[in-house]
Amino acid sequence: MSRLRALLRKETRQMRRDPVLLRMMLIAPIMQLFLLGYAATNDVKNVPVALYDADRSTDSRLLAELIGHNHYFHLIATPDDPRALERLLLAGKAQLGVYIPHSFHRDRLRNATPTVGLYADGTDSNTAGVAVAYMLGLLGEQGLRWQLQQARAAGVGTSGVPQLLPEPRVWYNPELKSSHFMVPGVLGMILMTLALNTAALSIVREREGGTLEQLMVTPLLPRELILGKLLPLVVLSYVEMLLVLAVALGWFRVPLEGSVPLLLLMSLMFLVSALGQGLLVSAFARTQQEAQLTSFLLLTPSMLLSGFMFPIQNMPRVIQWLTYAIPFRYYLEIIRGVFLRGAGIEVLWPQTAALTGISLLLIALGVLSFRKHL
Amino acid sequence: MDLAVEVENLTKRFGDFVAVNEVSFSVAEGEVFGFLGPNGSGKSTTIRILCGLLSPSSGHARVAGLDVWRDAERIRQRIGYMPQFFSLYDDLTVAENIEFYAGLYQVPPALALARQSELAEVLELGPVLDRLARTLSTGWRQRLALATSILHRPPLLFLDEPTSGVDPLTRRLFWEVIGDLAHEGITVFVTTHVMDEAEHCTRLAMMHYGRLIAEGTPEEMRTEHVQTMVEVQAHPIWPVLQALEKAPEVVEVALFGDAVHAELRCDLNDAEARVERKLQTAGVAYERVVAVTPSMEDVFVSLARRWERPTAAGADR
Repeated sequence: MSRLRALLRKETRQMRRDPVLLRMMLIAPIMQLFLLGYAATNDVKNVPVALYDADRSTDSRLLAELIGHNHYFHLIATPDDPRALERLLLAGKAQLGVYIPHSFHRDRLRNATPTVGLYADGTDSNTAGVAVAYMLGLLGEQGLRWQLQQARAAGVGTSGVPQLLPEPRVWYNPELKSSHFMVPGVLGMILMTLALNTAALSIVREREGGTLEQLMVTPLLPRELILGKLLPLVVLSYVEMLLVLAVALGWFRVPLEGSVPLLLLMSLMFLVSALGQGLLVSAFARTQQEAQLTSFLLLTPSMLLSGFMFPIQNMPRVIQWLTYAIPFRYYLEIIRGVFLRGAGIEVLWPQTAALTGISLLLIALGVLSFRKHL
Repeated sequence: MDLAVEVENLTKRFGDFVAVNEVSFSVAEGEVFGFLGPNGSGKSTTIRILCGLLSPSSGHARVAGLDVWRDAERIRQRIGYMPQFFSLYDDLTVAENIEFYAGLYQVPPALALARQSELAEVLELGPVLDRLARTLSTGWRQRLALATSILHRPPLLFLDEPTSGVDPLTRRLFWEVIGDLAHEGITVFVTTHVMDEAEHCTRLAMMHYGRLIAEGTPEEMRTEHVQTMVEVQAHPIWPVLQALEKAPEVVEVALFGDAVHAELRCDLNDAEARVERKLQTAGVAYERVVAVTPSMEDVFVSLARRWERPTAAGADR
């Protein structure tokens, strides 16, 4: 115990004298959250639209106006030439091209089926799909209005036609704000990156500097070394976590509906899992450079396969199995559940158990695998 | 007398490179055991094996009767180790480094403070106790390293080139402290490539290319390995060196300060006359030829050259 205490005191002293570390750990994450909280969004809005109007009728002008006033779209150009429309798409200036043929108004009045050409740049398949769906909704709605108008004009009643009326209710994030979905994930990612990187350097720095050789000839036990390195980093990254959490709640106004104790406890476990991975890297790396590269190799799959970037249910089965080994996966489920759905331990217990298990396993692995020789 | 260190046929390979080659020796308790040899001769590797930092490739090594590899943890508290390169914390003060190591060796705080002031007194560390180790020059860092390695009063102390890069005053102080420790009954195992320092040791072993090439007291080393040594003073010295190198009765010639030392295959009483005759026949001017007692450096040069030959001929491969 007194050996551990000596190591803790030494680590704390070194930490206090390392202004770069303190800046990195306490200020950088807040700035990152501000930046990424705004940047990381799946919202489709202000899609650039180009419109070619061959009809030049009141109908076509009405459609152009509807598109122009819709906040999902931004009407950037109304060229006089259909080939200009194609060029705008090719240049990536417009993501959606609308082509209104010159027979549009006439067809509508004749009760024929008027057509509107819709061209989407599918490079970004996600945004294209969402934009097309929005546009279909907008055009369909106007089409329905015209239909009813004409039916009324013709004296045909509409009451006899059965209609399906869906009534959507969005729960947990009623405004469908993607920042509410993304900010908790960004928070987790920032904490994980910093914790893993900092821990990855902790032991290898002593190895490279030669101080580990002197440490190894002392009676210090591997578990004392690992704990002595871990605990000060846990405290530091926990303070960091609280600061970042404050920004998420105070600035991004992410609703915190669920169990706060569960969130605080599992954030601790998540930090331990990231620090544990870092310490493992550090115990085996021979140089700081090697440690940094290895932690980078660990972070990439964590971000890609955790559900942070892509939904896990869309992944092939084999890769879905892989995601079970990633602590960030469980933390994401916990943090999103607690923040938005107001969930607690009663539904999140499997994730809680998995995250706790992995964290303890990582620390145990670090203690058991650390060898006190060169 | 009990043995503090026993080494039997110890070998350490790094891939194809044999750093320590079938080395055997022992160190009795209370000795100041000097481990001599040039850079890269396997001294540090041997010390690291004895401290449990490296595994032996073959052979055995025991410290206080315990196997250095299998019982490494049981040995830790009984040894002190000062590595060749400064291995303490740059961003801690001298006192904080001492406090940290006192904690690791579980020296009770009150006792640790007493030892710190005692060591500060002996090693004259008092004025720098509150300075960051980063700001210290080599000599002071070495003093701090020595202090931390003996804080817990280990019965066996390994010092790997403690005096490399330090000024003559600090060097003298170190050997005084080593003498005091030995007086208290602490066994000191010290490496150096400064041959004159070997005189401070009770017994010596000489390493060369991973092999132990000689062992004995300083007196034995000087008298047993080199029989006759003459010193020639001349201006210029170079022709003397060339003339003697060719002489069949000369075993070794080497520059020693501004003179030449020549080892001869003959009796002491006519050595001076032979060399003078040799130089006169060769027509080389000289000032003085005197028989001298070989220094430790002469012994080392002589032994090292003798061992170089079979190695160069490929006997090792």
